Amino acid sequence: MSRLLKALEDRILILDGAMGTMLQQYKFSEEDFRGERFKNFHISVKGNNDLLSLTQPQAIADIHRKYFEAGADIVETNTFSSTTIAMADYEMEHLVYVLNYESAKIAKTVADEITKANPDKPRFVAGSIGPTNKTASMSPDVNDPGFRAISFDELRIAYKQQTEGLLDGGADILLVETVFDTLNAKAALFAIEEVKTERNIDVPIMVSGTITDASGRTLSGQTAEAFLISISHIPLLSVGFNCALGAEQLLPHLEIISKQTHAATSAHPNAGLPNAFGEYDQSPEEMASYIKDYLDKKLVNIVGGCCGTTPEHIKAIADVASTYQPRPFSKAKNLQII
Amino acid sequence: MEGIATKPIEKQLKLSGLEPLIITPESNFINVGERTNVAGSRKFLRLINEDKYDEALTIARHQVEGGAQIIDVNMDDGLINGVQAMVKFLNLVMAEPDIARVPIMIDSSKWEIIEAGLQVVQGKCIVNSISLKEGEQTFLEHATLIKRYGAAVIIMAFDEKGQADTYNRRIEIAKRSYELLVDIVQFPAEDIIFDLNIFPVATGMDEHRKNAIHFIEATRWVKQNLPHCSISGGVSNVSFSFRGNNPVREAMHSVFLYHAIDAGMNIGIVNPALLEVYDNIPKDLLQRVEDVILDRREDATERLLSFAETVKGSSKKQEVDLSWREQSLQQKITHALVKGIDTYIVNDVEEARKSVSKPIKVIEGHLMTGMNVVGDLFGSGKMFLPQVVKSARVMKKAVAYLLPFIEDEKDGTNDYAKGKILLATVKGDVHDIGKNIVGVVLACNNYEIIDLGVMVPPDKIISEAKKNSVDAIGLSGLITPSLDEMAFLASEMQRQNFTVPLLIGGATTSRIHTAVKIDTQYDNAVIHVNDASRAVTVVGDLLQKETATGYKDNLKSEYASFREAFLKRQKTKTYLPLDEIRKNKFKIDWDTSEIVKPKELGVQTLENFDISKLEAYIDWTPFFRSWDLHGKFPAILKDEVVGNQATELYNDAQNILHKIFLEKILKGKAIFGLFGANTINDDDIEVSHYSEGKKETAYFRTLRQQSKKAKGRPNIALADFIAPKESNKQDYVGCFCVSTGFGAHEEAEKYRAALDDYNAIMIKALADRLAEAFAEYLHEKVRKEHWGYSKNETLTNEELIKETYKGIRPAPGYPACPDHLEKETIWQLLKVEENIGVQLTESLAMWPAASVSGYYFANPEARYFGVGKIKDDQVKDFAKRKNISVEKAKNWLKSNRAD
Repeated sequence: MSRLLKALEDRILILDGAMGTMLQQYKFSEEDFRGERFKNFHISVKGNNDLLSLTQPQAIADIHRKYFEAGADIVETNTFSSTTIAMADYEMEHLVYVLNYESAKIAKTVADEITKANPDKPRFVAGSIGPTNKTASMSPDVNDPGFRAISFDELRIAYKQQTEGLLDGGADILLVETVFDTLNAKAALFAIEEVKTERNIDVPIMVSGTITDASGRTLSGQTAEAFLISISHIPLLSVGFNCALGAEQLLPHLEIISKQTHAATSAHPNAGLPNAFGEYDQSPEEMASYIKDYLDKKLVNIVGGCCGTTPEHIKAIADVASTYQPRPFSKAKNLQII
Repeated sequence: MEGIATKPIEKQLKLSGLEPLIITPESNFINVGERTNVAGSRKFLRLINEDKYDEALTIARHQVEGGAQIIDVNMDDGLINGVQAMVKFLNLVMAEPDIARVPIMIDSSKWEIIEAGLQVVQGKCIVNSISLKEGEQTFLEHATLIKRYGAAVIIMAFDEKGQADTYNRRIEIAKRSYELLVDIVQFPAEDIIFDLNIFPVATGMDEHRKNAIHFIEATRWVKQNLPHCSISGGVSNVSFSFRGNNPVREAMHSVFLYHAIDAGMNIGIVNPALLEVYDNIPKDLLQRVEDVILDRREDATERLLSFAETVKGSSKKQEVDLSWREQSLQQKITHALVKGIDTYIVNDVEEARKSVSKPIKVIEGHLMTGMNVVGDLFGSGKMFLPQVVKSARVMKKAVAYLLPFIEDEKDGTNDYAKGKILLATVKGDVHDIGKNIVGVVLACNNYEIIDLGVMVPPDKIISEAKKNSVDAIGLSGLITPSLDEMAFLASEMQRQNFTVPLLIGGATTSRIHTAVKIDTQYDNAVIHVNDASRAVTVVGDLLQKETATGYKDNLKSEYASFREAFLKRQKTKTYLPLDEIRKNKFKIDWDTSEIVKPKELGVQTLENFDISKLEAYIDWTPFFRSWDLHGKFPAILKDEVVGNQATELYNDAQNILHKIFLEKILKGKAIFGLFGANTINDDDIEVSHYSEGKKETAYFRTLRQQSKKAKGRPNIALADFIAPKESNKQDYVGCFCVSTGFGAHEEAEKYRAALDDYNAIMIKALADRLAEAFAEYLHEKVRKEHWGYSKNETLTNEELIKETYKGIRPAPGYPACPDHLEKETIWQLLKVEENIGVQLTESLAMWPAASVSGYYFANPEARYFGVGKIKDDQVKDFAKRKNISVEKAKNWLKSNRAD
C-alpha cells in the first residue's frame, strides 16, 4: 500500500496555508518579480506570483519549508494561475510548461529533504490547478447570456499542458481547486484522464470546490451536492471545499459532502471572512477552534488553509488534528496510489 | 474497495443540474420533459428554425414548472445545424436558474451533437442515446468519452442486426451492452439506462400484439439480471394507433405505465397532459385496454376499437377541472372567491340574486360567506396575499354587478360593511403600492374603503374623514418627509377632536417613529401596521365594539413604554463636535489612488429606451416583499410555505412584464451627467459644468457621520470619496435620474376601472422594479463605457444586486445622504424635468413614482454607509453652506437630528 494512502489512513493529513499571503510579506518590487531572466520583458509582471518560482525560487522554497515545519503533510505548488488562460494577462503563455515544471520541482525538493530528515512522516506535493480567470458555463456579458468567453476544449488543452508540467516536475497529487464553475473543473478532470491514459499511469486527484456565499452554492449556481455528483465520475482521492468562506461558514457545506461521498474529504478554508478592508484577520487559535468542530464531527481527512492563513495557522490546526482519528473513507476503485 | 471500512452507500443513479436528482428504488417514476425536442414538438422546431430562442426557453421553463424532473433536448432536424443549435440552446438554458436546476438529457442520433452538448453543461447529464448499431468499437469509444465527460447514458436496444423487437432480442442486446460497459469501459452500472423500445399495440397486425408485454417482461428480466441499471422509454408510442382519441390514449398510457413500472421501468418520456390516473379509468375501458396491453384476448383489439368509438370526443387535455361547477350555488361562489376565478361569477351572482328577496342579501349572504372562508384561510396562513387580492377582484366584479339592482331598491349600499376606513398617501408622496394592497385586503374582509389616492393634503383627509364619518384613518408614505406629514396630521386630528384610530404604514415608517413622533400628537389610538396581513387583525381589534376600548388602552400604554425605553437608550450615544469629526474623515491616499477621467464629460439623455433590456437586471426579492411574501429570489419559488404562491405570482408578473414590453406600456427615460469635481472645505463637492457654453459651478453638500466611532474607524461623508482641491488632482463625480414610470399610473387606472386591483398593483410594483433595474443598468453602462473606469467588469445580476461593483451610486434621501434637498441640485444640474419630465413634489418625491436618482462615485474605496444621527452644530453649518434658514434645514433633517 502506498505511503500516501497509508498516511491518510493513519491520521488527519495537513495541507499547507496561503502562498499569496506569505509572498506579500516579501514586498517584492517589479525588479524582484522580473529577476535577471525577464529584465527586459515588455510589460509589467509585478503581481504574477507564479512567476516567482522562476525568479525568486528561494522564497518559494522557504515558504514551502515553513509550512512543512509547521506540520503540513502536503504543500501546494505555486501554480494556481499557471495555465495559458490565466497567464495571458501577462503575455506569458509560452512559459506555462516550465512554470509548472519548476514549481513542482521546488516543492518536491523541499518535500524530499524534509522526508529524509524524518522518514516516518513522509511529505507530499500537490500540483495546484486553479480555476483560471474565465468561466465555461456563465456569460461575462449580461446582455448576451448565451455567450461564453472560454470553451471546454480551450480549457482542456490548457489544463493538459499544466498537468504534464506538474507531473514531470514531480507532483505526487493533482489538486483541482477553488472550483467556482464545475464545467471548468470537468475540463481539468477530462485533461487529467487523457494524460493518465496516454502515459498509462495513475495519479491521485483531489477536487476542491468553492461555495461563494451563504446561499450554499458555487458561483455557477450548483448546490454542494449537485457539485459532488457532477465530479464523481472520476476516481478521486478526496473531495472538499476551499476559499471564499471561513472555517465556520464552511461547516454546513462540508457536512453535506462528507455524508454523501465515500472518498476522503478535504477542507482548506480562509482565515475567516475578510474585514472592511479586505483583510483576513482570524487568529490561528480561533481558526483551529473551528477546525476542531470538523474533527469532532469527523468531517475531514485533509485540512489546511486558504487566503490569509500562515504557518502559525497551520501549526495550530496540525496541533489540534494530531489528537484525532481520521474520518472513515474508501479508496476509489481502480485508484492506484503512489 | 480498500481503505478504511465505511458503511456502503447504495449504488444510485445520481444526476445534477444546479440541484441534485437522485433516483433510488423508492423514487417515484421520473418524468422527462419532451417538449424541447424538434422531433417531438412542431412548435419548438418552428421556434428554433426562426431563431426565436427566447420563446424556445419558455417551453423549457414550462416543462420544469409543469413537473419535469429532467428535460430532453433534441435538435435532430435536416434543416437545423444541430451542433450550433444544441450549444446555443443549452448555453441559454444554463443562464436560467429556474430551468438549469434540473438535469439535461442530451438527445441526438449524431455523436458530434451529443459531444457538443456535453461540453457546455456543468451538471451530470444523460446522453440519449448510444447503441451497438455501428458495432462494438464505436460503442466502446463513445461510452469511454461519455464516462470521461461525467454523464449517464441511455442504451438503445439496437445492434448490428437491427432494433430489438422481441423479448429475446431485447434481453440479448441489453446483456451484451451491459457487459461491454461494465467490464471493458468500467462504466458505473448505476449510470446505465436501457431504452428497451416501446412499440405500438392494437395496430391490427398480429406481430404487434405482444409489443407491450415483451417490453414489460424484458424490463423485468433486465432489472433482475443486470444490477443497478435503470429502464426508460417513450410511452406515447404504445398508443400510436389511437391518435385522435385522447381518452383511449390516456388510458393506454396509464395502464402500460402501471405494469411497466411494476416490472421496473423508472424513467420515461410522458406528456403529463396525456395521462389519466389509473384508478380514474372507467372500469369497462380499463378492462378493454388491459386486454390489449397484456394481450389477454384474441379479439382484444377489435373490442377496444369498437369501444373507442363510444368514448371519442371528450379529452382531458387542455380541460380545466370544472367539476366544482356541479356543486351547490354557495359552494360555487365560495370556490370562485377562494380560487380567484372570475369567469362565472356574474352568472352565479345573478342566480343568487333571483333566489333572495333583496339584492343586498347576496352580498350579505353568499358573497360574505365566501369571503369569510377567504379570511379564515388567509388568517391561518393557508392563503397568501396575491391570492387574496385575486379573490378581491372576483368580489369587486360581483358587487359591481349587484350595485345597480341595489340602487334601484334604494337600499343603503354599504350596510353590510363592518366599518369605513379612509386611506391616503400623504402630501408630497406618490408611493401607493402598499396602501393599495392594504385597501384590497381590508375590502376583502368586509370593510368599506375610501381611498383618497396619493399626494393628499391634510385638510382634504380631515374633511373627507368628517364627511364620511369614517371609523379609522390609514396613512401611508415611503419617503422620509412623509413622516412629518403624518405627525402633522395626527396633531390636526387632535386639534379637531377626532377620536377614530390612526393607522400608520409605509416603507420608512416604523414602530419606533410612530411611538415617538406620532403617538404623542394624538390622544387616541395610533398604531403602526406594516404589513397587509396584520392590517385585518388590527382593524378588527380596533373596531370591534366589545374589545376596542381595552385594545386601544393597551396600545397607548404599550407605545408609551416603548417610547420611554427608546429615549432612555438614546442618551447613551455620544457625538463629537463638527471640527473633530472632520479631522477623523475617511482618508484616501490621493497620491496613489487611481482616478479615471470619464470618457465623456457632460450630460447625456436616453429617450425611448427599450426597457425590455432591463429584464435581466431585475432584483425580484423586493417585488415579493411588496406582496408580503418573504424570502430570497429565486429560492422563494421553492419555499415550503409560500413557494406555490410565489411561483404563481411570479408567473403572473412575467405575463404582465412581457405585455409591458410588447405593448410598450411603460416608457423608460434616463439622464445622467459626469463632471469634473473636487472636495472643498471638507464636506462640499464643487462640481464644474457647462451651461449654454459657460463654465459654471454647482455644489453637492454632504453630511458627515457624527457619532463617536471606535478607535481607528472614520467619520465618513460622501465628500471623502472625491479628491480635495488641495491635492491638486482633478477628480470627477456623476449624477443621474432614471424613470420607467411614464404610463404606469394610466395603465393601473385602466385595470382599476376594470375592477382588477391585482393587476393595477402589479403594474406599479413592476414599474418600481424596472426603475431600480434601470438604475442598475445605467450604472453598469457608466462604469464600463461612459465613464469607463471598470471596462472589464463582468458581474452577474446577483453580484450586481449584492453591489460588488466598483464605486457607488447613493441616492439622496437614503442613509449615505439623507438630505432630500440635494435632489434639487441634481435637478438643476441635469435639467431633469426639462429633459425627461421627471418632477419633484413639494416633499421632493419623484413623479412618476417609479423613478430613481442619485450620484455616481467611482473611487475604488467609495462604499455605502449610513450618516446616522447628527448634532445641531452640523445642521447649522449645513444650513449656512446651503444658504438656507436653520429652520428649513432642521425641518428637512428632522429624522436625522440627534438634538
